[in-house]
Amino acid sequence: MTVEDLREMAEQELARQQQLRHRIVYCAAAGCISCGSRNVRDAFTEALKARNMEKDVEVVGTGCMGLCGEGPLVRIPADGTLYQHVDAAVAARIVDEHLGKGTKVKENLVDTSLPFFTSQVKIVLEHCGVIDSESIEGYIADGGYAALAKAVTEMKPVEVIDEIRKSGLRGRGGAGYPTGLKWGIVQKAAGEQKYVVCNADEGDPGAFMDRCVLEGDPHRVLEGMAISGYALGANQGFIYVRAEYPLAIERLRLAIKQAERHGLLGNRIFDSQFSFRIDLRIGAGAFVCGEETALLRSIQGRRGRPRPRPPYPSERGLWGAPTLINNVETFANISPIITRGSAWFAGIGTPKSTGTKVFALAGKIRNTGLIEVPMGIPLRKIIFDIGGGTPEGTEFKAAQTGGPSGGCIPAQHLDLPVDYESLVAVGSIMGSGGLIVMDSTSNMVDVAKFFMDFCKDESCGKCIPCRVGTVHIHGLLEKISEGNATTDDLALLEELCMMVKETSLCGLGQSAPNPVLSTLRYFREEYTNGLRAPEGFVPSGGGEQQSHG
Amino acid sequence: MSPTPEETPKGDNRYKLLDRTITRYQSSGDALIEVLHSAQGIFGFLEIDLLIYIAHSLKLPLSRVYGVATFYHLFALKPKGKHTLVLCTGTACYVKGAPALQKAIEQRLGIKFGETTSDQNISFLTARCVGSCGLAPVIVADNKVEGKLTPDSALARINEWQEKSEEVTA
Repeated sequence: MTVEDLREMAEQELARQQQLRHRIVYCAAAGCISCGSRNVRDAFTEALKARNMEKDVEVVGTGCMGLCGEGPLVRIPADGTLYQHVDAAVAARIVDEHLGKGTKVKENLVDTSLPFFTSQVKIVLEHCGVIDSESIEGYIADGGYAALAKAVTEMKPVEVIDEIRKSGLRGRGGAGYPTGLKWGIVQKAAGEQKYVVCNADEGDPGAFMDRCVLEGDPHRVLEGMAISGYALGANQGFIYVRAEYPLAIERLRLAIKQAERHGLLGNRIFDSQFSFRIDLRIGAGAFVCGEETALLRSIQGRRGRPRPRPPYPSERGLWGAPTLINNVETFANISPIITRGSAWFAGIGTPKSTGTKVFALAGKIRNTGLIEVPMGIPLRKIIFDIGGGTPEGTEFKAAQTGGPSGGCIPAQHLDLPVDYESLVAVGSIMGSGGLIVMDSTSNMVDVAKFFMDFCKDESCGKCIPCRVGTVHIHGLLEKISEGNATTDDLALLEELCMMVKETSLCGLGQSAPNPVLSTLRYFREEYTNGLRAPEGFVPSGGGEQQSHG
Repeated sequence: MSPTPEETPKGDNRYKLLDRTITRYQSSGDALIEVLHSAQGIFGFLEIDLLIYIAHSLKLPLSRVYGVATFYHLFALKPKGKHTLVLCTGTACYVKGAPALQKAIEQRLGIKFGETTSDQNISFLTARCVGSCGLAPVIVADNKVEGKLTPDSALARINEWQEKSEEVTA
């Protein structure tokens, strides 16, 4: 394929779409499929057939439309109407009334002027809910692979890296390491063979951003990886995706096949000397494999156990070769930066945290779903404007970010701008983007216990602080929540948390105590209520000695 | 004795299918996880004899194959029941009441999560997050996600399976 061919393909697809009288797009992401969006598609097809309209109207499945709690969702792109809770009967009415007579089906309309829609800025998710997630033509028609064409035919590898560096993009996997810097290190590392790895092992419970990108816009990730391959001089990429996401795996396989068929992956891309291939590696259910050194071992068919760094994977990664590891969302940001320029991207968000962040909004909140907001947006705006606040009759208590490695942000910090540094300052982390809201009915000791239960199960067992420490922390939390703990137990808990944090080998152990420490910081009274004095302790003033069984 | 590649049950097509995967990866030990995925897909679970066969084929020590198979949650070394019920215990589901579902399901089935009922009908498993947090709390019943559950609606599915199994045995 040449750049000319790419342009032609985009024009052909656009012309084809314009010839249709109407397009109906339904959400074909996991959330809507599980509430029956495939039946809705069939209902549309049948209704159209019955009215002899199947040739003029196209029914297309897209990526996540965002409002996951109200599915199945259907959109009419011509006028931007969004329908919720669509079933077969509603589908027939949409065909008759909306497409036929131009009157909308009022009962199922979603008000798109709500802050849920207007407060969002979509870059990573710009194609989700718009283009056919299984069609490469649809992606190309919407400007897809133009960034790869530009990089390969007009830019030198160092210019690509420079552009990413200037954009200020930081890793979206959690830690926020500057992406351009990482690319530069791998590019400069010695070695003929280099690899690119996409970390799609989204293991944080409560996070489903990467899944939605992979399912809704798989080509975007492939394009970002190919651009990085060109910039670093790598010819092979791997996507490490978790087996729990069968639909994402299916769509990625299809996308790779399509890209290979059109010469957008493979040998001599855009008639240049650049060749790049991408293979899938399927995980097998181990949270620790999200840690980069564990992930690399897993790709090589081993147990996913981390090793000490340095050497970092950028120097010694897969099979000892320099390896770039970036998260799905990071790769999804690459092509818009190349097409629209680093200055445009750097203008969004805050000076130190540029661009947008995708969050999976869930828990005790009215609008659950997938949102994308500019960095630096106040947490209050996310939870109350976009999320619609907590359900009636309850009060906001805390927002949890960063999953088992993160912390809880209490109500007094609601005006906090959401960026990497501010979140760390209040004891949480950006994490990969899970945002779980808790209300007055949630018990914070139980929440901490829930995360510690997760970490003790997922600890790989290589280093002792994590393997043994997490079990004991969990035991102490259990004791506290059952009301059998003494003040000594609480002191021991805090000491143990610091020990695990400071001496564990990898990020899993180092961050495992975070949920405990942050709930202790803001909700200490929930821990101390019901604590007893230690055995043999005589309260000052000569009170009665407590008796223990 | 377990079958080595030379003494594989020749009539067993399942081994031929597995061999195809092994050949595709050129018997490389690096492909162990892919081969285990494929083996579990074909055989349903990873019997010890099967692990020995894979170790032979990939020229890996059995300890390595066994180590990998037991390290990852997704590989099952025991057969599963006819139906599988996976309860999501991710954060969103937890906040929205997954613990109550777990209690109700365990009580009804008389087993703990990770176990299979004695009639081999239902396996009850938990998953860390199936990524359908908008529908929390969710279960995955025979690969189908069902959301916004209450203990009653979760038990309805189990009732259906149990009735079906009784019909068959009656």
